[in-house]
Amino acid sequence: MSEQKQHILTEKEYQKIVKDKEPKRPVVRNCIRAFLVGGFICMLGQAISDIYIYFFNFTEKSAGNPTSATLIFISVLLTSLGIYDHIAQWAGAGTAIPVTGFANSMASAALEHRTEGYVLGVGSNMFKLAGSVIVFGVFSAFIIALIRTLVSMIGGA
Amino acid sequence: MEIYFWAFVVGGLICVIGQLLLDLGRFTPAHTVTILVVAGAILSGLELYQPLIDFAGAGASVPITSFGNALVQGALSEAKQSGLVGIVTGIFEVTSAGISSAIVFAFMASLLFRPKG
Amino acid sequence: MKAGKQTWIFDNRPTILATAVVGGPREARGPLAEDFDLLHDDLLFGEKSFEKAERKLLEEACELAIRKADLKQEDIEFMLAGDLSNQIISSTFTSRGLAIPYLGLFGACSTSMEALALGALIVDTKFGNNVLCGTASHYAAVEKQYRYPTEYGSQKPDTAQWTVTGAGAAVLGQAGQGPQVVSATIGKVIDMGLKDPFNMGAAMAPAAVDTISAHCQDLDITPDHYDLIATGDLGRYGHALTLELFPKYHIDMPREKYVDCGMMIYYEHQPMLFAGASGTACSATVTYGHILNRMRKGELKRVLIVATGALLSPMSYQQKESIPCIAHAVAIEYSE
Repeated sequence: MSEQKQHILTEKEYQKIVKDKEPKRPVVRNCIRAFLVGGFICMLGQAISDIYIYFFNFTEKSAGNPTSATLIFISVLLTSLGIYDHIAQWAGAGTAIPVTGFANSMASAALEHRTEGYVLGVGSNMFKLAGSVIVFGVFSAFIIALIRTLVSMIGGA
Repeated sequence: MEIYFWAFVVGGLICVIGQLLLDLGRFTPAHTVTILVVAGAILSGLELYQPLIDFAGAGASVPITSFGNALVQGALSEAKQSGLVGIVTGIFEVTSAGISSAIVFAFMASLLFRPKG
Repeated sequence: MKAGKQTWIFDNRPTILATAVVGGPREARGPLAEDFDLLHDDLLFGEKSFEKAERKLLEEACELAIRKADLKQEDIEFMLAGDLSNQIISSTFTSRGLAIPYLGLFGACSTSMEALALGALIVDTKFGNNVLCGTASHYAAVEKQYRYPTEYGSQKPDTAQWTVTGAGAAVLGQAGQGPQVVSATIGKVIDMGLKDPFNMGAAMAPAAVDTISAHCQDLDITPDHYDLIATGDLGRYGHALTLELFPKYHIDMPREKYVDCGMMIYYEHQPMLFAGASGTACSATVTYGHILNRMRKGELKRVLIVATGALLSPMSYQQKESIPCIAHAVAIEYSE
């Protein structure tokens, strides 16, 4: 970047101007929206879980799986209908953090890459955005479980 | 019915943490979700996540943090039975429903729908 | 003839014989809809993918421009085109269909003026006649390649921009009636170390100012020489930043003559407007449609179009590189 020195202003000076002029992100407004939508989705999850417990004979422990699957289904459907991204622009983390975000990342990638075929397009790209969640989730779980198990082994012995 | 209130509050708060990571931390959505999954795994390792689920129900089990918890719990319970190798064999035990249904439904979506732009 | 460091003066004044402008649904709902030759109501217009749709836009604009110039495909001697797709396939496949000797260009969103400048150079030096200059962009194809799948629920910040779905093409000739290309300034790549791909206006602003400054210095004129100076797609925030930078470059920019194509093509109330429009088609459609129409009506005599481009790739961003930018300026005059 040494050529930049002959400029009228340095990179740092310009970056400061940019920072000062940049529209401030409406953090409070975004957090309120995220809180409301995220909370609502979790409440919906609770309701779905209760439906499975009371009407379909699941237990509190086992209802978690069909509840996830149901929320994922709803997410994928809204993504496919082209509605999810509009809700998400408003809700931000409120839709991204619940499992709905995970489902949307996979469905949107699958839909988008259909034009490249099902194997190389849909198949290869489906985890484009969700992959890091799985990789890092698994890797950190591995390390944590390893530490816990070794500690209890050493502790026990 | 009290659990509905706490589901709303706790779920909402976890999302607020995510929003702060996005807006203040300037992380990408992928980075944000990854951070929260790892956080969930850490809390799980410290035996703090299940109490949160008992308290807030879906408020703790619906956010992506619970994925980290499920992975750790799966690994630990299998490790209890089969020793160290159980860590690797047990990781996906509990989370199978989430990943399988996401793959199945996303693939079906690609068969039936097109992106709208 | 060369003027100063980086400017060409076209003594023979190549004429823009005809232009054609094509747009998509969002452009159809914008304030400049009347200046489009063809508008589509959806993002695919019968094609099987967004990428193929982008190609169709360019094909339509090119064919229409040739027809409006009262020429046939065989009469066009050279074609200069570029777009935002990987390996500029939309331009390449369009030229395949037209079978015209082809020069593919990549200047990101500055491609329109890069093509016009080079096309004018060919015509002015009599190295060719009837040169076609075109570019296209497509909102969904660009999102898919540079950012996220279109249905992905990410929250775009206010500094983000919306890529224009459209295409603009111009035919340049040695003789004829029409607006004339009188000079062009080739920009340098400017990188001020900015890294946010959701705020390209800020990254491109210094390049725009640098090129305008070079243009004025090389020709020994001030911005007041023009009736209108339009940047390509700086958007609201990039535009405001250039106003901060002009005094530092000792440029006196008359506010009422200084506009940005990205701020003109959509209404303020259109949803998801963010900072404004972007895309190779942004400067192309606004210039070849609206601005040239105003010139043809006699409302403007001398304009300077400064198309700006952010030369990043998804990979460069992931590898933590900053965003290098460029701006090419072309001066167009029209007198009855």
